[in-house]
Amino acid sequence: MRQAFCNGLVQQAFLPNFVFLTGDLGFKALEPLQDAMGSRFINAGVSEQNMVSVAAGLARSGLRPWTYSIAPFLYARPFEQIRNDVCFHHLPVILVGNGGGYGYGVMGSSHHALEDYGCLLTLPHMRAFVPAFDSDVSTMIPELMQCDGPVYLRLGLSEEPKGWPVPEYAPWRKLLSGNGSVLAGVGPLVGGMLTALAELKEEVRPEVWLVTELPIADVPAAFMESVRRTRRLLVVEEHTVHGGFGQMLAHHLTAAGASLDSFTHKHALGYVSGLYGSQKFHRAECGLDAASIVAAVSVQ
Amino acid sequence: MDGRPPGVFELADATGLVQRAKLRLLEMHYQSKVGHIGGNLSALDTLISLYHFCLGPNDKFVLSKGHSAGALYVTLWTMGLLSDEDLRRFHGEGTRLSGHPPLSGIAEVIFATGSLGHGLSLAAGLALGKKLLQESGRVFCLMSDGEWNEGSCWEALIFLAHQKLDNLTFIVDLNGMQGFGSTKQVANLDSLADKFRAFGLATLEIDGHDVPSICSALASRQGPLAIVANTKKGCGVSFMENQMAWHYLPMSDEQYQQAVREVVECGKLSATV
Repeated sequence: MRQAFCNGLVQQAFLPNFVFLTGDLGFKALEPLQDAMGSRFINAGVSEQNMVSVAAGLARSGLRPWTYSIAPFLYARPFEQIRNDVCFHHLPVILVGNGGGYGYGVMGSSHHALEDYGCLLTLPHMRAFVPAFDSDVSTMIPELMQCDGPVYLRLGLSEEPKGWPVPEYAPWRKLLSGNGSVLAGVGPLVGGMLTALAELKEEVRPEVWLVTELPIADVPAAFMESVRRTRRLLVVEEHTVHGGFGQMLAHHLTAAGASLDSFTHKHALGYVSGLYGSQKFHRAECGLDAASIVAAVSVQ
Repeated sequence: MDGRPPGVFELADATGLVQRAKLRLLEMHYQSKVGHIGGNLSALDTLISLYHFCLGPNDKFVLSKGHSAGALYVTLWTMGLLSDEDLRRFHGEGTRLSGHPPLSGIAEVIFATGSLGHGLSLAAGLALGKKLLQESGRVFCLMSDGEWNEGSCWEALIFLAHQKLDNLTFIVDLNGMQGFGSTKQVANLDSLADKFRAFGLATLEIDGHDVPSICSALASRQGPLAIVANTKKGCGVSFMENQMAWHYLPMSDEQYQQAVREVVECGKLSATV
């Protein structure tokens, strides 16, 4: 996804107001952008608090700053700068966090982003984008370049099944049909479980919805209709339960008067065994791997 | 209300201006029964110097020591940019003059501050923005000395020095007092000026209560420029000077009357010099 991100931004490099700041990251990934942008590509050093406030100053000057780092270094370390300097002032600063969820795998807990969009979306004006596929990134970049407020872009790895045609971008997309329950999930995680879910018999296969923009808005009528019809919902996300998509959706459904017989929320659980491994390892420990989701669907 | 456009410096004007601002600041804090008067009095001369004798139409200013918002409001009042009615509502219910600079409602306040360690990075962003947009003008930032306990200040210092932001000037109101002790007792950073020089900055050390010295330093075209303004917390009011309590306390009736007498007397003395 980083390559799609870099390529997408290179295409925007001609925009005179576009400024890119990195917290000293991007080796073997962002060099083409650095070459394309010249003096408007700024390595701000390992100083995320300063980088975010500088970006606020640039945005206040009429520029379009993008800031980039490993996700937790960008939203957790400088949270007050994001809150006071960017969000309170409603400034169009783009925060790009690489390695959403357990993306940095065995690198350890310091590098994981399990509560990123949850805590950021408590801030005024903030929107979060969680692209699931490389092509989502390409679609999002020109839109984000025109945004009128702060944005968090969570990057991960594109997990579309080989040969599977990615449907045209929308904040809510129905990826699979089925007569089982309804499954709604956020970001790349959903792509990684599509093959296993597609192999299920139609009567148990869930109707799968992918969400890539938060907070939730303009929930499709077709989704609401499916939830009302099946009354069974499974939510999956690589994020903590608190502040996550599951809570947002439960709030939305309750407010809309949609009652359910079954609500299952599969989410990040931190470090279940105390051991470390790949993103796949941690997902499995949380029951977010394809096999666990298939099992959850079958008993719902 | 002075009503005179900034740009022409006359020492006699400045002395009267500062005295009038100081009296209005005391009145405002007395009426609103709020603290922070000490750090406002240490910063007032710098703010008056900046707004009346330094800032041009293309310049920008960030108050990083947001707890001196009162001195900023009074300075804007001397410029005719805030009214007496505005100041009367300072710190009250439904005011637009909050205890620290507000998010909106005052065009001169570019950034709402209050949590320390933000302003210098914000100013660096504005200065870098000017360079990228090839705009003229300078960016100024007023900081406290205790604020330099914040690691983010040092991040900003590294950045502005490395980026050679020669359109950026920051002033440190070095009154030697911070939240719960003197700067020497809490986290001694003496000498801040030497530390700025070690980062490669042009650094001036001045009397932060001498308007001609402040104006002369602000006019320096070296950059990035650090100005260490040696000041007294509570300057001009004997029982407040260098007293940590006046970071917090409101004035009693007697204290206010005494403070006013001292400032008026000081003004008379200045006028006879």
